[in-house]
Amino acid sequence: MNGPLVRTFGVLLVLFGVLGFFTAKSTVIDRSKLQDNPKNRRALLEQQRIARGTIFAADGSVLASSRKRADATYTRRYPRKGLFAQTVGYDYLLPGFAGLERFYNGALTGRTNGIAGALKRLQGRANEGDDLRTSLDPAAQQLATQLLAGRTGSVVALDPSTGRVKVMVSTPGYDPNALASAKATRALNTAKGAPLLNRATVGLYPPGSTMKVVTAIAAIDSGQYEPTSVVNGKSGVPISGTPLNNHGGTDYGPIDLTTALTQSVNTVWAQVAEKLGKPTMRTYMERLGFGRPIGVDLPADERLASGTYCDKRGRRTLVEPTSDCVDIGRAAIGQGGLLASPLQMAQVAAAVANGGTLMRPVIATRALDADGRTTLDNAPHVEGRVMSRASAAKITAMMQKVVQEGTGTAAALQGIDVAGKTGTAEIDIARNIAQPWFIAFAPANAPRVAIAVTLEHIVGGFGGTDAAPIAKAVMESLLQ
Amino acid sequence: MSPRTRELFGLLPASLLVTAGFAAVFVQEQDVVSTISLTYGAVFLGLCFAAHLAIRWRLPHADPYVLPLVAVLASFGLVMIYRLDDRFARDQAQWFVIGLAAFVATIVLVRDYRALERYRYLIATASIGLLLLPRIPGIGAQTNGAYLGVHAGPITFQPAEFAKIGIIIFLASYLRDTRQVLVARTRWGITIPPLKHLGPLLAVWGIAMILLVFIRDLGSSLMFFGGFLAMLYIATNRLIFPVVGLGLFAAGASFFASTVGHVQRRVDAWHHPFDDHLYNALGGSYQLAQSLFAQADGGVFGRGFGKALIGTADAPIVPAAKTDLIYSVIVNELGLLGGCGLLLVYLLLVQRGFRIAVLARDSFSKLLAAGLATVIGLQVFVIVGGVTKAIPLTGVTLPFVSYGGSSIVANFVIVALLLLVSDRARREAAA
Repeated sequence: MNGPLVRTFGVLLVLFGVLGFFTAKSTVIDRSKLQDNPKNRRALLEQQRIARGTIFAADGSVLASSRKRADATYTRRYPRKGLFAQTVGYDYLLPGFAGLERFYNGALTGRTNGIAGALKRLQGRANEGDDLRTSLDPAAQQLATQLLAGRTGSVVALDPSTGRVKVMVSTPGYDPNALASAKATRALNTAKGAPLLNRATVGLYPPGSTMKVVTAIAAIDSGQYEPTSVVNGKSGVPISGTPLNNHGGTDYGPIDLTTALTQSVNTVWAQVAEKLGKPTMRTYMERLGFGRPIGVDLPADERLASGTYCDKRGRRTLVEPTSDCVDIGRAAIGQGGLLASPLQMAQVAAAVANGGTLMRPVIATRALDADGRTTLDNAPHVEGRVMSRASAAKITAMMQKVVQEGTGTAAALQGIDVAGKTGTAEIDIARNIAQPWFIAFAPANAPRVAIAVTLEHIVGGFGGTDAAPIAKAVMESLLQ
Repeated sequence: MSPRTRELFGLLPASLLVTAGFAAVFVQEQDVVSTISLTYGAVFLGLCFAAHLAIRWRLPHADPYVLPLVAVLASFGLVMIYRLDDRFARDQAQWFVIGLAAFVATIVLVRDYRALERYRYLIATASIGLLLLPRIPGIGAQTNGAYLGVHAGPITFQPAEFAKIGIIIFLASYLRDTRQVLVARTRWGITIPPLKHLGPLLAVWGIAMILLVFIRDLGSSLMFFGGFLAMLYIATNRLIFPVVGLGLFAAGASFFASTVGHVQRRVDAWHHPFDDHLYNALGGSYQLAQSLFAQADGGVFGRGFGKALIGTADAPIVPAAKTDLIYSVIVNELGLLGGCGLLLVYLLLVQRGFRIAVLARDSFSKLLAAGLATVIGLQVFVIVGGVTKAIPLTGVTLPFVSYGGSSIVANFVIVALLLLVSDRARREAAA
């Protein structure tokens, strides 16, 4: 009987070998695959043992802080509730993290490399996160949110010379504190109006006539036009083979570009763009940041690219402005498949405001460890030169006219020169639904704030009456 | 050196392991090295020493390595459970003492284990009765869709743990009687047992299937039937028996896998542990997925004693950490190396069991020792294979390591029986 005994033991030996192999499979062979599995929440749970750093507004008030619980884990608290919801984001076990909380997770959890990090680990303070300072302005943010008055929309304001973001509102909002509960998270995920979306960076809308600023930049800086150049502004000019009308069907006759911007004459700018050609339009759009995800310090999936979109096999797809499917004349007036995010349009205003130099938009300024050492420094970063200083000055003068005597008079400030441009994108002509816009900067001679305001689906909406007053009030608050 | 002295020295490393393990957990939890860990080590050594004395008294010739190996496993379990939840560790320590008492009682009361043969039908009937006990309304308890526990007053016990011993005793005895006649008839080179003796064999298969359907316990079913086939093969030395047996089991299992919801869910969860629907379903793949995540977290060297993440105050992330998934927690904290080390200890224990079977003189002793050793090995395979996704996950305990009184006590009885066989075999060999 000893033969079969030995062989049976052999079988068990093989079975134990199988166990060893499968243990090696989960611990070594499939390890990274298992660790990256979205259902694996261990990394998030580990993070709960870390006292995440505090996120501060520009005025030093707290936007996000950590609170220790009885079981030595930490939970996040957002004292300003929904005020900076989509921008600051959240960090909870169930929904995970978003916004600045996600983008700066490394700093906030103190996972800094280099000497400072090594020192901290030696001191046994590995579970202390770094604080994050931002340029966000709670008073202006509060005002902008109030002025949107429950309507769906977005307001973005930044300092054009540094790219520092002061205001980033997206409505409807939500209270990030609620995401601590599973039920509220599920409700928010399916809520009407998609409150979790940061419309400032992922809201893609036809920018309407605010896009004419981009066209004007291309026209003037390419040297092919001057603000005084005259173009026939009659209604019903064929653009890409289809007649294009002015607002209200008004025939303007031959007018100069300054007047065409002041009165927002569609046919003039469409003809200018067709004359400039797609390659020139593409050059300036690219310099302004169109065609690639907006480069702000938010997670990659919370930033979308503005630019020309075409339907490809039923799907809205980003294409080059030079593509055959693009109607460049209509794209030049912010229609015909051209879509832009509020932050992108604020960047257009900022490029003009900053003398033609585009800065990279940033929300966080620095990260500091518990000893006050700077672990991360977001110094202002030049994105590139869009146009010459002279061209910027000419466009500024044209945009000032818009506020002085054109469609944007509602944005005029007492004693401060404002340069701006209205926009009213048609969404549903039959039901008279429009997307009002306003982009601006001030003071015109030494700009300290550039802004973009937009509202979704307003019946009878008009940029000059719906968006411009909001821009005015927010700029006023920021210039105080 | 006498075998008993060797055993005594073998117990020392196990006690040191307890001391070191508790010290590591204390350091992790309170940043202090307290002398309590030494006390625990000393108490553990004292208990093992008591068992050693009992063996020295009754079974002086028994295998010297079995008790130290069991002590290593038990110390692993105690430290691990203490690290998970100290209240349960106290319970487990009590069960360890009761298990040792059962061990001593077995070697003292069973003067001649061969006398068990006389009661084989009684033992078989009692075992089957035990198996079906959890299905009796009022005392039976269902956990995760399987009927495993029985409420007896304040405690719950798992009769399957004890039934497995009885069934092995019965099979060893029955096969000793029939091993000659089972192979007497050969036709076309194939051994065909006479119908009269085939019946009881088919009955065992039937019991395995009943386990599957009524108790809904794929793990125990696999363990019983695997042990049965191993014993049948050892008794007859005919490969045809395990081959046909495995075929029958596979046929039965695949039939029930597609008809019995509980079994089917387990198989689906095994195939697709990360499927959204299965992951969120009650009794779905959440447990297996978390087991794999815990092991991946451990890597080759592990996170260290007490450092693995078991859960937060409001959400345990490793379910059944101290029972079904204890191997995953061990791998999480001690890594692939720790896991393989533990498997090696089990393999050595199984090897001692087979060694005892080889040395034994009579068929009953050989079959009994081999059957008991096989069942220990298969039980480890069923649970470790389950948590590592080698086979569908079903809840059986990891012998001597998992939390659970029935399991500890039953396994100590198994070890006592092995030592009883060993003592006789080595005494006869020495004589």
